[in-house]
Amino acid sequence: MKFGLLVSEGPYTHQASDTAYQFAVAVIAKGHEVQRVFFYHDGVYNATRLTEPPQDDRHVVNRWAALKAEHDVDLVVCVAAALRRGIKDEVLAPGFRISGLGQLVDSGIKADRFVTFGD
Amino acid sequence: MAVKKFMFVNRKAPFGTIYALESLEVVLIAATFDQDVSLVFLDDGVYEIVKGQNPKGLGIKNHSPTYRALDGYDVEKLYVERESMEARGLTEADLLVPVEVLSSAEMADLMAEQDVVLSF
Repeated sequence: MKFGLLVSEGPYTHQASDTAYQFAVAVIAKGHEVQRVFFYHDGVYNATRLTEPPQDDRHVVNRWAALKAEHDVDLVVCVAAALRRGIKDEVLAPGFRISGLGQLVDSGIKADRFVTFGD
Repeated sequence: MAVKKFMFVNRKAPFGTIYALESLEVVLIAATFDQDVSLVFLDDGVYEIVKGQNPKGLGIKNHSPTYRALDGYDVEKLYVERESMEARGLTEADLLVPVEVLSSAEMADLMAEQDVVLSF
C-alpha cells in the first residue's frame, strides 16, 4: 500500500514530526511504501541543515534525510510556506526538495492512504 | 486522472495562527486539480467564515473575502458543525458564505465518505 504523509509542525516543539517519522519507519518495515512526506506550515523547519540539537538528542532533520537515502522517500517542502519562514535551497538539508502545494494534492491523489501529523 | 473526495477540516480561529490562511491556500490548489473538494468548519474554525472580520489592527491581511470567491473555483461544498456554531453563539446569518449546517453525527458520516481528510 502507498502512504502519503503530511507534517504540519516544526521539530522539537511538537511531536508531530517524530510521530510521522516513526509511522514512516513502521510503514516501510511492514513492506508498504511511503510515497511522499510533505512538509507544510512550520513543518518546513524540519528541512533546515542548520539544525544542531544537543549530542544526546535525536536529530530530527538528519533522520528524515537518512530515510530518503535508505528508502528513497520523497521529502517535499512547500515553497510558499518555506519562503515565508526563511527556508531556501541554501539551507536545505540533503534529501529534501522544495516544490509547490500541488505536490501535496498529488500525494493525496496517488496514495492509498493519506495521513496528517499536526498539533 | 482519478477524482478523489478531499475534505479540508478547518478547526482554528482565522487569526492567531497561520493555519486558516495556509489551509485556504491548499484548497485553492486542490481546486485546480479537478478534485471533489469540500470544506468543513468546526471548533474555532467556524470563526474563519464570520462576517465583518477586520484584522487591520493586527497588521495582518484579511483573507476572509477569499471564502466568497471559492465558488468561482467550483468549491461549493461548505459545511459547518452545528454544535460548534451554537456553542459560539453564532447562526447562519453571521456567516459570509452559504453553508450546510450538519450535526456532529452527520459530520462524522460525511467524513467517513471521504478519500482524503486534511485537518488544519
